[in-house]
Amino acid sequence: MRRAVFFLFIVLILVPAALAAQSFPVTEHTLANGLKVIIIEDHKSPLATFQIWYKVGSRNEPEGKKGISHLLEHMMFKGTKKYGPKEFTNIIQRNGGMDNAFTTKDYTTYYQNMSSDRLHLSVELESDRMKNLLFDPKELNSERNVVLEERRQRYENDPQALLYEDVMSTAFMAHSYRDPVIGWPSTLASITREDMFDYYSTYYSPSNAFIVVAGDVDPSKVTTMINEKFENIPAAVKRPRLSVAEEPQQEGPKRIYLRKEAELPYVVMAFHAPSFPHPDSFALDVLSVILSGGKSARFYQSLVLTQAVAVDEFASYNGLYRDPFLFIIGGTASKGVTAETLVDALWAEIKKVSSEPVAEAELQKAKNQIEASFIFAQDSNYSKALYAGMFERLGSWRLSEKYLEGIRKVTAADLQAVTRKYLVEDNSTTGILVPLKKAEQ
Amino acid sequence: MKSLLSAFAALILLTVCSGYSEALDKKEIKLENGLTIIYVQRTGLPVVMASMLIKASPLYEPAQKPGVAYLTSAMLTEGTSTRIGLQISKETEFMGASLGASTNSDFTMISLSVLKKDAAKGFELFSDVVINPVFPESELIRKKRILKGSLLQREEDPSYVVEKRFMKELFGPQHPYGRLVSGSPDEIDRITRTDLQEYHRQKYRPDHALLSVVGDISHEELVALAKKYFSNWHAAGSDGIKKADAAIKPLASTKAILIDKKTTQASIILGHPGISRSNPDYYAVSVMNYILGGGGFASRLMDAVREKRGLTYGIYSHFNALKEPGAFSVEVQTKNESAEEVLGLIKSEIRRMRTEQVSDSELGDAKSFLTGSFPRRFETSGKIADFLVAARFYGLPEDYIRKYSSYINSVTKQDVLRVAQKYLFDANYVIVIAGDKAKMKLNDVQFFEDVK
Repeated sequence: MRRAVFFLFIVLILVPAALAAQSFPVTEHTLANGLKVIIIEDHKSPLATFQIWYKVGSRNEPEGKKGISHLLEHMMFKGTKKYGPKEFTNIIQRNGGMDNAFTTKDYTTYYQNMSSDRLHLSVELESDRMKNLLFDPKELNSERNVVLEERRQRYENDPQALLYEDVMSTAFMAHSYRDPVIGWPSTLASITREDMFDYYSTYYSPSNAFIVVAGDVDPSKVTTMINEKFENIPAAVKRPRLSVAEEPQQEGPKRIYLRKEAELPYVVMAFHAPSFPHPDSFALDVLSVILSGGKSARFYQSLVLTQAVAVDEFASYNGLYRDPFLFIIGGTASKGVTAETLVDALWAEIKKVSSEPVAEAELQKAKNQIEASFIFAQDSNYSKALYAGMFERLGSWRLSEKYLEGIRKVTAADLQAVTRKYLVEDNSTTGILVPLKKAEQ
Repeated sequence: MKSLLSAFAALILLTVCSGYSEALDKKEIKLENGLTIIYVQRTGLPVVMASMLIKASPLYEPAQKPGVAYLTSAMLTEGTSTRIGLQISKETEFMGASLGASTNSDFTMISLSVLKKDAAKGFELFSDVVINPVFPESELIRKKRILKGSLLQREEDPSYVVEKRFMKELFGPQHPYGRLVSGSPDEIDRITRTDLQEYHRQKYRPDHALLSVVGDISHEELVALAKKYFSNWHAAGSDGIKKADAAIKPLASTKAILIDKKTTQASIILGHPGISRSNPDYYAVSVMNYILGGGGFASRLMDAVREKRGLTYGIYSHFNALKEPGAFSVEVQTKNESAEEVLGLIKSEIRRMRTEQVSDSELGDAKSFLTGSFPRRFETSGKIADFLVAARFYGLPEDYIRKYSSYINSVTKQDVLRVAQKYLFDANYVIVIAGDKAKMKLNDVQFFEDVK
């Protein structure tokens, strides 16, 4: 499932200012209990998406309980007094909709995509499970096993995904970004029903959440519907824990190896980098597109085509984390090419950016790609709502406008400056997948 | 993540040719060279999407050159008579546009996404790669190397390993659906530049191509662009490549393959021959399969294996209804120790489907999902563009979009039982499992082949 992981990067890098680049009307209001509601109108098709975002993810998890945010996400589908297990999804699908959820390091999002005339179902069901979750012990045990299967499928059996997680855990010493969202088998085993309930009552409250609706809707009707179902839910019962350890400055290169059954060596290199709205975040975003934004970009042209040291490559920077995260590059080595050769080739590309200014046309191409992909993403209600939500998580959906402004101002000198500042050896964590032949295990 | 996205994507693919409750307001334009253009104007977002369907795929390639359809499409953007590959990607990416081709089991699709303001330039590049590719030898060598490298890397994914083997065993290595669309590394090596030129000459022709254009573009603008960039396209000769024989030899007994891999989880695929898209029972089969394992959390397999027993993250069944009969398959991953239990559950759910009528609520839920989810299949201009040409390729009637709901709603419980008995087998499966042999206690399965 590595593809899924990297696909997410691409989406995150290339989209944020979409909202700024077009003119779909947005309305917002906040209920007395602190629940904020953002409504984006688009009447192209008779469809809508409903998303509820809880400001909690693996970043907030206590030691020994890693994976609890994601396990709670699974339990949210396991029933309340009013709607039993499976009923949530059955009701949505019976009405032609689809529902799902995802947990990240910073947030947990639940969504339904459906015909706009069925929005009342989301409002009813999401308001119900914000406070009435049952946590049936039998369901909890079964769902814990499901998550362990998910872990095997997405990480343990995918050597490239496993290396990526290893690099995260090595790059961060103190900050909770080091832990995988899915948790560890032992921490998953230690999570009790009481832990779950405590976590749920701390973080699942109107004041720690917001709603984004996008599509063919009448904002005043949606507002009335949401107010009616959510306004009686009390604000937070417990105050969320606020302290997350700050990551200290890295003072030397780190390197790890993973030996697993695999066909080709694979390299992931991560560098600590600031997040939006830090002034360097815009240049870092443009830099990732210069390096890996398509077939005309530097990595593909140099590493894959000319030097033939890699069969694929990537550079990703997602500036929308709550706290400083990472600029990540890497690729799969060609057959017969060592990981070391690929690592050297990646460094050579970085050196090139820091020593020679990027040409004006190349810079403009990267900026155009970022702007255009914002616009393309607007065709789907789901992605419109997703981008609004990612910015809202950082404070306000309106920040998206600031994002594109920042991108437009990036200069070749800025690219050199951020490369020299962040993409340096002492700030690097290099992970190498060493393929094992079957007999060697 | 509780993600079922991939499964839903599969479901959408299966029913890519399903309809919209309200018909799309589509227009058709025919150029003098025979090119058919299907067009829907959609304002509100300044983008234009174009999809061109070419009858080029494993179904339509010479038996001695498997993979030529795929490699031809992959090389379109690597050089034309007036542009080298880098120019094509640079010019495309400078507009923030995307232009690419892909080949699946049935056809090749060339797709353009471009901002309205750049539509003319987009059409220029689009027509250039379709009409004038030159397949440079140097680029072909690179493309083959990259392609073979990716195929090797994919071997790390147990799902890919079992799917590839399953298709080979089910259809046979010579069948167009039994081999890799891209060709195997050896097959890729055997394809020459001349093969690509010849294949392009025969298969890329305006009178056999279908073009759809959807987005913020007026009829006049489109006609002008189409005439300017596509009217000088002429078939270079006759198309002598016949559709391949796609008959399937039925199995006389179950064929089980075990691939020993030191993984913590077993990847399992079980199935048998399925139906074609033109099968009149397609709609009854869609309803039946939704109940069995196509409906995500609404399905019996998900309920039995995940919801009741916590044995998997996901389990899905799928009828791959292609131009010719494709596969029916059930795919699942479970810890090695549970492999046998899960196999038993799959077989018993298939048996139950074949022996008992579904309940009224199951039937009602399946119909309301299939009909109610239609509009979502047409949410974006890109999805509409792909639908328009695929619908024509699969020969769906012109009023299909309006009629789809009635096709689904006419399915009865008796129909569901009848198609279950007809299209689900109770024996003679192909089963492929990749996992840790020592940990899987597969006492009941006789392995036909044991791959170390």
